[in-house]
Amino acid sequence: MSEEKIKQELEDKFSYLKDAVIIKRKGRISAQVTLDKFNEVFVYAVKQMHFLALSAITGLDKGDGVFEVIYHLNREGKVLLNLSVALDKNNPEVKTVTQYCPSADIYERELMDLLGIKVNGLASGHRYPLTDDWPKGEYPLRKDWKGNSGKTPGLKGEAGVPFPGKEAQNA
Amino acid sequence: MHESGDVRIPIGPQHPALKEPESFLISLRGEKITASSVRLGYNHRGIEKACEERTYTQCLYLIERICGICSHSHSTCFAQAVEEVAGIEVPARAKYMRTLIAELERIHSHLLWLGVAGHEIGFDTLLMYTWRDREVVMDLLAKLTGNRVNYGINTIGGVRRDINSKQKEEVLKAIDILEDRTKYYIDLAKGETTLIKRLQGVGVLSHEDAKKLDAVGPTARASGIERDVRKDDPYAAYAELDFKVISVNSCDVYGRTLVRLGELMESFSLVRQIIRKIPDGPILAKSSRKIPAGEAVSRYEAPRGEDLHYVRSNGTEKPDRVKVRAPTLANIQSVSKMLEDRYLADMPIVIAAIDPCFSCTDRLIAIHDAKDRGKNTVVWETIRLKGIEWYKDRGIDFTSLNKKLTKLF
Repeated sequence: MSEEKIKQELEDKFSYLKDAVIIKRKGRISAQVTLDKFNEVFVYAVKQMHFLALSAITGLDKGDGVFEVIYHLNREGKVLLNLSVALDKNNPEVKTVTQYCPSADIYERELMDLLGIKVNGLASGHRYPLTDDWPKGEYPLRKDWKGNSGKTPGLKGEAGVPFPGKEAQNA
Repeated sequence: MHESGDVRIPIGPQHPALKEPESFLISLRGEKITASSVRLGYNHRGIEKACEERTYTQCLYLIERICGICSHSHSTCFAQAVEEVAGIEVPARAKYMRTLIAELERIHSHLLWLGVAGHEIGFDTLLMYTWRDREVVMDLLAKLTGNRVNYGINTIGGVRRDINSKQKEEVLKAIDILEDRTKYYIDLAKGETTLIKRLQGVGVLSHEDAKKLDAVGPTARASGIERDVRKDDPYAAYAELDFKVISVNSCDVYGRTLVRLGELMESFSLVRQIIRKIPDGPILAKSSRKIPAGEAVSRYEAPRGEDLHYVRSNGTEKPDRVKVRAPTLANIQSVSKMLEDRYLADMPIVIAAIDPCFSCTDRLIAIHDAKDRGKNTVVWETIRLKGIEWYKDRGIDFTSLNKKLTKLF
């Protein structure tokens, strides 16, 4: 199935996706989905359209209080469907997709550690990738995180390790 | 001892059987593994965050240092994503150069793996042989790029070094030697009974599980999944080159060995085709420091499997977000499945068989002393002394023992 057919199928099935599905180039399709509709689009893509493999999940801080989570799904390793969902920074929550893609586990833990996104329904397990003594409320991939809050673990944990940017050089 | 009657033992983060820091919690009943879990992150260096503070060219060099073995994989994958966002058309000769270095990297990586696999099963002669032969390709990489590792050949818009006719001849000569040696290893893998018996039926990952857990690279291809980014989503010069995707259905460590050996032969053929077909022309397209706003996902078949980079630009000279998903992160999740109901003694080779690279997976930290506000990097000796103090505070003191030892010698 070509990229156009995939776009057409998504738009026919979900009217709200009209004009939201973009073919970037051969093998790259992106679609922006709202949080309330995300689950049905994701499940349809996996179960009905056979986007069975999850290559990765990217979380990012877009600024202006918006987070974005992008699920990079692929079919038979050929076409990549990037489904993205915008989240409110004050209450960033998504549902786990591990029941459809077991490999999502580690990527979802990364979202929790690095961006502080709550993943509902994710089974308990080791955190990834930060250290066990990493303080609560410190999320390195948030744009306002500069690593100089004084809470992140340094030697003996007395004070923070400044992020080696301009601030550290000027200090 | 766990309440279920199983013995639970931690293996790692530092352990003689492991080559890099990772931690496995193994539940054992007798000699058999009943359950296992893995804790990663010991190599997390914050490279993705660091990229947000650097220009695209600086990022390229930082990204190249994610991993010492597949450095070209990461730098090419990143450069491709940035070029796609910026709309830069890379010259054909540069694409061939990238492909040439990529295949030479695959050759050195697979030979390195074969040696490690030999070592893990007590076949150290194989380690010595393959690592000696690997020097041929390492020297070649040094001649072509200037470096044995972290080649620094890529730049945004193309490559930094060209190849001349004398170098082409050297490449062909080296490939002849390596092909000859690889044929010997293939004969050995197909005929050496001890090797076959040690690897067959070990670390089984069924076709269904490999699909379900999204395994990539030789790990997936040894479970009958014919998936290779070079074929499925061609990049660089792969669309113009002829090669086979090697896969087997044995689903075990032996299969993973055969796949990598087969891929070595394909790589030799690819290198010869590249040398024959490489077009004349420029090796670099002009690019600006500022990259227009946009995003791109780039994929690359690294020696360990699919490498994926996501780059988002905000129109400045620094990226807004760089995401790296190295192949080991995709494969590590299948290790628990491979270990299930297997003997503890199989663990080192089963883990080694996915050819794990945790530097890639975890993507650092330079240790700065908090007291001088991060001006100086802490040297190893200071860390050692702090360690001694830390243990003294807890009543463990080796001072008198050290004195006795000094007297003895």
